Order: sequence, then structure tokens, then C-alpha cells
Amino acid sequence: MSEITVERLAVAIPEVRKRKLPGRIISRITLIVLSIAFLFPFYWMVATSLKSPVEMRASPPTLWPHELVWQNYADAVTAVPFWTFFRNTVIITIFTVIGSVISNPLIAYGFSRIKWPGRDKVFYLVLATVFVPFPVLIVALFDIFANLGWVNTFLPLVVPFFFGQAFWIFLMRQFLLQIPQEIADAARIDGASELQIFFRVIMPLALPAVGVVGLFAALFAWNDFLGPLIYLQGVEKYTLAVGLTFFRSQHDVQFNLLMAASTLVMLPVVAMFFLFQRTLVEGITLGSIK
Amino acid sequence: MVAGTETPKRGRLKLGKTERANLRLGLLFISPWIVGFVAFLAYPLYYTLRISFTRFSGFGEATWIGFSNYERMLTDDLFWKSLGNTLYYSALAVPIGVVVALVLALAMNQRLREVSTYRGALFLPSVLPLFAVSFIFIALMDPIRGIFNQILGVVGIPAINWFADPRYAKLALVILAQLGAGQVALIFLAGLKGIPLTLYEAAEIDGAGAWTKFWNITLPLMTPIILYDIILGLSLGLQAFTQAYVIGAGPAGSVGNPANSTLFYVLYLYLNAFRYSQMGYAAALGWVLFILTFLLALLVFRWARSWVHYETV
Repeated sequence: MSEITVERLAVAIPEVRKRKLPGRIISRITLIVLSIAFLFPFYWMVATSLKSPVEMRASPPTLWPHELVWQNYADAVTAVPFWTFFRNTVIITIFTVIGSVISNPLIAYGFSRIKWPGRDKVFYLVLATVFVPFPVLIVALFDIFANLGWVNTFLPLVVPFFFGQAFWIFLMRQFLLQIPQEIADAARIDGASELQIFFRVIMPLALPAVGVVGLFAALFAWNDFLGPLIYLQGVEKYTLAVGLTFFRSQHDVQFNLLMAASTLVMLPVVAMFFLFQRTLVEGITLGSIK
Repeated sequence: MVAGTETPKRGRLKLGKTERANLRLGLLFISPWIVGFVAFLAYPLYYTLRISFTRFSGFGEATWIGFSNYERMLTDDLFWKSLGNTLYYSALAVPIGVVVALVLALAMNQRLREVSTYRGALFLPSVLPLFAVSFIFIALMDPIRGIFNQILGVVGIPAINWFADPRYAKLALVILAQLGAGQVALIFLAGLKGIPLTLYEAAEIDGAGAWTKFWNITLPLMTPIILYDIILGLSLGLQAFTQAYVIGAGPAGSVGNPANSTLFYVLYLYLNAFRYSQMGYAAALGWVLFILTFLLALLVFRWARSWVHYETV
């Protein structure tokens, strides 16, 4: 039960016993209908983003734009300070990823590759912290960061990630536990220090898991809303999430432009999804194993 | 105090040399977590509790007012409204989410050559930014410029003014939440793959049909993962914020529209903290949310004893 990996999910498909044709057709139709239902909102986003203001007023709305107005994209990025928001989001995302891929492997190493008294009890504490809802902390965190003079900077959004996140520590630890002990022992006999073992022996083997943590961190930072909403107060500091929401409520942004901006926000995520789909799936299934 | 210090000291002395070295090394590796735990969790939690007993605007001195913030909730209509909205939303979104994710997982588990394409299509929406998905739903469900009502019209459902009608706004958010089911479905799928084929083969010999196999083998063996998802979903449901903030936004920075029907608990907490300068009250709301989440999770665990199947195969 504990070794379910994506490889097995993928390999399981070809060597199957023959199934009756009608059953396969029903499966296929069900999957196609479900896929269309789940992707349709995004089709609607793209279609709307290309409609002219005149066509936006059509009733009933047209399913496909008669005329593709690419100008909407140029208008969307000038109607709001899009590239400022974009740059801010990229900076926060990069530092969130850096902090996460440094801290979580180190911490997880301490919870898996070194045996010390009380280790597993402390790890239970790590797991328990997952159950503290973040909104509970926002009043205190804001006050603490305000006293440090960090409000309206990226620091409150980025710095905590340099100290590990419970769930990502858990993911890394799951992975590190699977690496045989003998590999490190050999290096230890050769007189390598624990840090050398960490960097030269274990980390190269754990790169897939580091990738998972980095991806999750990037997705989190790119999609986060509550954090930036609380800590960022000047428009010039806004991320895409907070900036676009702000402009929509303040300036009654047109639907087609809003959809164009939404498409642009989603493009990097979709690109990452297609590049790293396997890693993402692996990470999600890794988290489900007890 | 003096006598008490003897015991741990003796306990510590029992550690061997390598054990002590390992302890030092282990603590060194986890030290970032220890610092983060104290600075960003334990202390803020304690600090929130302290603020919750004060009147505090965010600036200047906090005034100690005892349990007044907690007493105030009892007579605060908006508190009850936001709590009711959140519980109503979670009570719908969580069970529907389990069913949708289970359906997706069963579909993803079909043996088709191109099944990984469908898996990707169903999984993709769950990683896209929620605030942008919320924008899409505003456009999609708009009674004039959206197409959602037209689609419903095909199956004979009359037009609904989703985000202007207090009866339907939360329902729309429940529908929106289902786009995230792909991620849970992957976890369920891993569970489905872990069920030994021999169980199904044995059932087939006994003449069991597809439904019997699902009801007597698949579902019981999936219950531990379903429980995990209910706990996780409940915790996230109680924290729901982004979609309510984006979709319930109205003119002049108002939120919770229409008629406070999307005023969720965390949204109300946010308003008190950052718009009304009621940091003390917001802190109290935070602690109530913490306790509520904990109690509901406990309740689900107790209830689960009657239906979760813990035998290992």
C-alpha cells in the first residue's frame, strides 16, 4: 500500500485483459464529457478575451468570437499596471521557491536521516501545525511585521518560507526515508561530514522531491491572495492577484479585458503544468501515502 | 523547582556519546523549523489570544477588556450571518466535492490508451489561480453576457441571476469549488490503484456485478482516504476567502454581496482587522475559528469510527 508511485499508475494501462467494446465506449464518452465540463470555463475565458466590445453586447452571447480582437490583450496590459504586478509576482515567486528548496530539504533531513532522541515526537508537532488555519494568525502576524517595518514590502510573504512549511517538510521526509541507509553509511566511513553527505550524496538522489517542493512553492506564491492582500498596500507593490482584483472593483474593467488579463495570469501556470505534469502528480500522490 | 531539575538532568546523562552528537546534529538541521515555528506560529497564536482580550485598533495601546470581544459575538448579527454562510457553504461543498472527486477518480482509472490526456484535463483546473477562476465565473455566470444560464436552459432550468440573488450566490461558489476536485481525484486514484485485483477477481467468481464490486470492495477500502479528504476539505472550507472576496465585491469596495450572502467567516475576520480597525475582535474571531475547526474535525473523526474501514489488505 505504501509504495504507490506514478510509474505504477502509468504502467498499469497497457497490459490489460481485454474488455468488451461497449464498456470502453461508455468510459470514453464519460471521460470526454467530464473533460469538456472541466475545461469549458477556460475556453469561455479565452473566447471572451477575444471578443469586440460590440460582440460583448450580443444576446444570447456568441460561443465563438466572430472577429478575433487581439488588441484586447494590448489594452488589458495598459488598462492596469499589468507588468508592474507581473514583476512583483515573479520576484515573490522566485524568492518563495528559493527559500522553500533550501529550508525544507534541510529540515526533512534532520527528521529522517539522523536518529536523535525525541525526533518522532517533534515530527508529530510539525504535522499538527498543518491544522492551524492561517487566517487565525493574520492579526498577530500583521502586527508583528508592522513593528518590524516590513508592511508594504515583500518580506512578510517571502521570509517565512526560509523556515520550512509543515506539509512540504512532510513530503520531503517521505521521500528521504525511502533512500537506503547504506548509501550514507559508505560516505560516513570515508569521513564525510553530515553536511557533505547531505549535499553530495542525498540531495542528488532527492532532486525529484526538491522539484516537487519547488513547484508547489511556485504555484502557491503565484496563486496566493490573502497574504498579498494583507501586507501589500501600495498599487506599485501589488501582485497580479491583488492588483487585478483591486482594479476590477475600482474601475469596472470590461469583461473581455478582464478575461484577457486572466488568460495572461494563467499562461505561466499552464506552461508549468505541461512541463512538469509528472512531477506534480507525483508530489500529490506522495502526500497521500500514510 | 530545584528538586525537579534533577530528573531531566539524569535523563540527559543517560544518552551515549553518539546519541548526544546525533541530537545536536538533528537539532541543527531542523533549527530553521524551530525558529519558524516559534516566530510564525507559536508566538503569533499566543499573541492573537492576548490581543483577543483587548480593544486594539492596530496602533497605540491595547486596552484590556476581558471576555468582551467573545461576548460581543453572541449579539453580533454579522458574526452569526458569516458563520452560517461558511457552515452552509462547507456542508455543501465538502460532500459534493467527495462525490465529484470519486467519480473523477473512477473515470481516470479506466483502462484506455489516452487516459493520461483526460487525467491532465481534469487535473489542470485545480492548479490554476483561484482569484482568476473567480473572474471567469463572474463572466461565465453573468445572466446577460455569460453562457452558463444558456447551457442550463438546454436542460430546462430557468435563468438564475447567480451573483445578484442571495439565494444562489453561495451555490455558485459551491459549483466553482468543484473545479478543484481533480487534485483530490488523483489522491483517490492512487488509492484505487492500491486495491488488489485479486479481490475483484474473487468477487467476479462469486458472480458479483460492477455495482456490487464498487459497493462492497472499492468504497470500503477507500474510506480512510475519503476521511482524510473530508477533514482537509472541511478545514479549507471554513477558511474559504478568495472566491468570496473576489465574487462578492461590489461598488465602493463593499464585499459580501449580494445582501451579505457571501460574507464568509474569514472575510468578516479580515474586515474587522483591516477595515474596521477592530484588531481585538478579529483576534477573538480567529481563536473561535481555530477552536471550531478543531471541534468539527474531532466530531468527524468520531463519526468516522462507524464507517471507516481500517483493515489492511
